[in-house]
Amino acid sequence: MSRAETTVRREDGARGPGALWTLGLLRSELTLTFRRWRTLALLAVLAAVPVLIGIAVKIETSDGSPVGGGGAEGGGPAFLTQITNNGLFLVFAALAATLPVFLPMAVGVVAGDAVAGEANAGTLRYLLVAPAGRTRLLFAKYASTLVFCLVATLVVAVSALATGALLFPLGEVTTISGTRIGFGEGLLRAVLIAAVVAASLIGLAAIGLFVSTLTHSGVAAMATTVGLLITVQILDTIPQLSVIHPYLFPHYWLSFADLLRQPVYWDEVLDNLTLQAVYAAVFGSAAWARFTTKDITA
Amino acid sequence: MAPNDSAQTTEGGDFTAGRRKAARYIVPVAVAGVAAATFGLVPALADSGDPDLPKITAQQVIEKIAASDTQQLSGTVKITTDLGIPSLGGITGSLAPKGEGDGEGSSADPQAKLMELASGTHTLRVAADGPDKQRVSILDDAAEYSLIHNAGEVWAYDSASNEAFHAEAPAGAKESAKGSGKDADQHEKLPEGVPTTPKALAEEALKAADKTTSVTVDGTAQVAGRDAYQLLIKPKQSGSTIESVRIAVDAENGVPLKFTLAPTGGGKAAVDAGFTKVDFAKPAADTFSFSPPKGAKVTEADEQQGHEKEFGKEFGKEFKGEEDLKDFEGLNVVGEGWTTVAEISSPGGAKDFKAPEKGEVPPEAEQFLDALGDKVSGEFGSGTVFKTRLVNALMTDDGKMYVGAVTQDALVRAANAAK
Repeated sequence: MSRAETTVRREDGARGPGALWTLGLLRSELTLTFRRWRTLALLAVLAAVPVLIGIAVKIETSDGSPVGGGGAEGGGPAFLTQITNNGLFLVFAALAATLPVFLPMAVGVVAGDAVAGEANAGTLRYLLVAPAGRTRLLFAKYASTLVFCLVATLVVAVSALATGALLFPLGEVTTISGTRIGFGEGLLRAVLIAAVVAASLIGLAAIGLFVSTLTHSGVAAMATTVGLLITVQILDTIPQLSVIHPYLFPHYWLSFADLLRQPVYWDEVLDNLTLQAVYAAVFGSAAWARFTTKDITA
Repeated sequence: MAPNDSAQTTEGGDFTAGRRKAARYIVPVAVAGVAAATFGLVPALADSGDPDLPKITAQQVIEKIAASDTQQLSGTVKITTDLGIPSLGGITGSLAPKGEGDGEGSSADPQAKLMELASGTHTLRVAADGPDKQRVSILDDAAEYSLIHNAGEVWAYDSASNEAFHAEAPAGAKESAKGSGKDADQHEKLPEGVPTTPKALAEEALKAADKTTSVTVDGTAQVAGRDAYQLLIKPKQSGSTIESVRIAVDAENGVPLKFTLAPTGGGKAAVDAGFTKVDFAKPAADTFSFSPPKGAKVTEADEQQGHEKEFGKEFGKEFKGEEDLKDFEGLNVVGEGWTTVAEISSPGGAKDFKAPEKGEVPPEAEQFLDALGDKVSGEFGSGTVFKTRLVNALMTDDGKMYVGAVTQDALVRAANAAK
């Protein structure tokens, strides 16, 4: 994929203590990330979204009326109409609702803060005193951001599943192709979808990390990353720019819904994953180039 | 690089450090370059030239299509339509008053839904297993619209609204399906005459082939990984808005794989429909099984007044443009072949076709109408021409309407002749 990664791997393989170092560094990065009040607050907000959707749908349909006043198209995230029939659909609806804004925003905050936050707090210097090396530190930062992507997605999915199971019946799942699959397979697809959604965020995470190496202000990096995300999403909706749409990182985000077709339609899901990998490689190596050459003054 | 390379920026001269700094930025640039090259090259490499097939005549290609006995197939079809106007569907230029399909009808009503195919790019999944089992799905964002025909039962399901539409396939549908044999894309003949699959489109085009048309074989092509002959169909008459029709026919089993319709005006194809993936194995049986999901609102075809007729027609296999057009009162077909013009003198129930008289509408609206169309006049009087890339319409000031896939001049000629 990228030369940066192979370099890291070579280093890891070359010396035993090095690998241990990386693991230790990763562990400390993870604790740092997940112990922050800010991270926990983000996760709490993410967990609240499916609960809100679930309660709203429950209240609206408590008198027996269908969601959205009956058959009107659009309105709300996808899969909303199916929730009352099967609580599992709350997982899909919640992911469809959070993927465009909440999830990437949280990732942008964590990724943007990764390096710039340390520089801002004046701790980056001390981190580099340890003989871990900049490449490895950056790698640990990126890895912990990716773990956050996965955790954030799982928080949404699990919260949605719990809410859905509490408020609505579970059972056979109707795919969007109209055919039915068992609940077990439906659950399996939900897991797969969560994984794809988490993987959809790795491109943005790499961009955030790169931005984070450019500045000494954590807030600036977060704002830039989230601003970039919003800008790109706006570009993605302008029809005159349809030529560049397939190359924008959020373009295929909602393709995870293709996993609910029968048979699964893989084309766009694979496009999405490829695109994310390319973004991760380009901006990951750019972050590496910047971080390993810049003067650390703070 | 050394693990503790944090110190490296201070070692060596500024020159070396600067060069090393710059060198690192080559990595992201190289990665981006390789990715861009791969994105650009892979389709080019995959498109490894036209296949080398024995030369055959157009007649043989058409025979191949006719002799094709492929009953089973599944695949993905990409259809791109650019008619120059969003809501006008159909290459035969049927001008159904819009609103017929909307209203209180279910959102799963095929007629309303399939009109969407008349513009933009859509991905369809098709599957067929003999004359009794067919399925088409339109893949939307996070939703899917499926049309399933299974042994006399017709279901339509819209996952976005969780609504289903049910109808019995009209009697005799089976026989006619068997009659026309081959694969079973017939049910994809849309109510407004917008055939969606390459097969249906090919049949439609070949039907028009007579003295007015030249049909030739124009090399070979690869479609969905299969070798195909390219059939080139061109009107001999002048005045048509259709430049050419290209059909790629599978060299092995004669199934049309791709259909491209180029307008005289140039630019990109007006209709481009082709398989991106195709598989001639038997599709899984559960592909065609459907029962309305829990909580789905089911609309029976009979419940929808005035809809069963169109619906029946849709599944009534053999699409006949003229028959469809007979729905309109006072309809008259002028000319033949590619330059056929439909003359609608007093469309039933569709008064909006009539040109608004001066003073009837606010001046702003009048200006807007004038901006939409061009004023023309001839022996017939005067009227307004509304243009799209394929279909042009002439609305005369005395309330007549001439519609056809012909140029403005041809419309005026037809109007003059009718006078």
